[in-house]
Amino acid sequence: MTELTYTRHNPLIDPIFHVWEWQIPVYLFLGGLVGGLMIIAGIRLLVLRPNRREALVCCTLGPLIGLAALSLGMFSLFLDLGHKLHVWRLYTTFQVTSPMSWGSWILLLVYPALAANALAHLPEAIPALASRFPALVKISDFILARPRLVLFAGLTNTALGAALGIYTGILLSTLGGRPLWNSAVLGPLFLFSGLSTAAALLHGILVLTMPSGERPAFADFLLSALARMTQARPLDPAAAPILASADNSFLTVEVSLLGLFLLGHVTSTAVHHRAAGLLLTGPYAAPFWVLVVGLGIAMPLLLQTLELAHRIRHTLAPSLLVMFGGFALRVILVSAGQASRWFEALN
Amino acid sequence: MSRFAMVIDTHRCVGCQDCVVACKTENNVPEGYTRDWIAEEVHGEFPTLHLELRSERCNHCSNPPCVACCPTGASHVHPLGGVVLVSHDLCIGCKACLAACPYDARFIHPDGYADKCTFCIHRVERGLDPACVSVCPAHCMHFGDLDDPRSEVSRLLASRNHHALLPEAGTNPNIFYLT
Repeated sequence: MTELTYTRHNPLIDPIFHVWEWQIPVYLFLGGLVGGLMIIAGIRLLVLRPNRREALVCCTLGPLIGLAALSLGMFSLFLDLGHKLHVWRLYTTFQVTSPMSWGSWILLLVYPALAANALAHLPEAIPALASRFPALVKISDFILARPRLVLFAGLTNTALGAALGIYTGILLSTLGGRPLWNSAVLGPLFLFSGLSTAAALLHGILVLTMPSGERPAFADFLLSALARMTQARPLDPAAAPILASADNSFLTVEVSLLGLFLLGHVTSTAVHHRAAGLLLTGPYAAPFWVLVVGLGIAMPLLLQTLELAHRIRHTLAPSLLVMFGGFALRVILVSAGQASRWFEALN
Repeated sequence: MSRFAMVIDTHRCVGCQDCVVACKTENNVPEGYTRDWIAEEVHGEFPTLHLELRSERCNHCSNPPCVACCPTGASHVHPLGGVVLVSHDLCIGCKACLAACPYDARFIHPDGYADKCTFCIHRVERGLDPACVSVCPAHCMHFGDLDDPRSEVSRLLASRNHHALLPEAGTNPNIFYLT
């Protein structure tokens, strides 16, 4: 028997370490989503046929949503900082051993890459915007007239998207004080989770814009209002099965990586074994298995498999479930990770 | 080069918390926060129980994970004695260092920056002991240079059984407990 008692009662540290609250999971989720959108849009840009309408959802809407999501994520990260007015210090140095320093510089590069990707096809996607801002047409023409620039934008988006997606996991895994996060699998796990949420988001958008008989009734009003405002070209629902299929692949890799993550901990030291217990049998087990594995991975995998086999219609359900599962994964891993510790007992 | 370390005799420590009060007074630590504390570890089975009282704080590790993860360089190793410090002006309060520390030795100061024990570097630079060492009524705390084989801390570690906290974490802590 070992009993450890401390006289320390520092706020956010004792009795349970909980320095990061909702802001960090929100940032990690949105960062992963943007990383996934960049990879999908980057690859699509590399193999793009400009006259194909399906390109619009990946190469224009994806990066546009990515720009908004990234800004929201960075704002969330800003809200978490204790010394907010000193945030600019991040950009006066580069600390090679700090994933957060890498991340802050990657985020700075992500904006122009996303913007270039979105601008390439923006005028044809949203003509109303192009007629109001003729410069957008010039920028688009400039990019599309230069195949090497398109190739560069595609490659940059893919590489930066992968870096952003992996970084969100590496950020946690290098923080050695929290045993649950000490796994190199966390980087690829967050990358594939980000890819699956991005594919799910794009799939959901396509489902909303399907022909009127096939799409959810509530989408009619939304779509007609948006179409009036933007004169946007209709999207091609033929891309929906491609995205659903890609999403299934990402989810399969994600669940495999989750298995490896837990296996790595269970077969490691007693400290890491105990940390994995938080997810396997401890206080985080029920939300982890029900919300992340059950509703966030298994259920959408099943629904999308049935959609692809033409047994059911494409619906919004798998998209919403995947995005919910991706967010739940981050909330639970951030919370459980903070609850894991090297010392066996406290207070 | 010098490597400052603290050696604490757990047979002498009575857990009076004078070290805690001295630190709070010397460093103006805000109310409700503490840079050092007393840990009371009991192990064994009744009636053969063993009690160890320890005065704990930042371990000023030789391989400090809090320094490696800092995105701005605010957490750094001072050239004098390898003391791990935080530059308040550089710190953005991201809390990565708090999560990286296996000893939970850091906290966020009400003003927003990460804070922790400094080994009273302002006193050490003037040739004085840290405040906690200087007030200990049981004389159980010793401070000095581990790289000097004639220093009190080196001689104590050479002559007595001792342990550090969580050596398995690989941080190479520089606070040792005589047993």
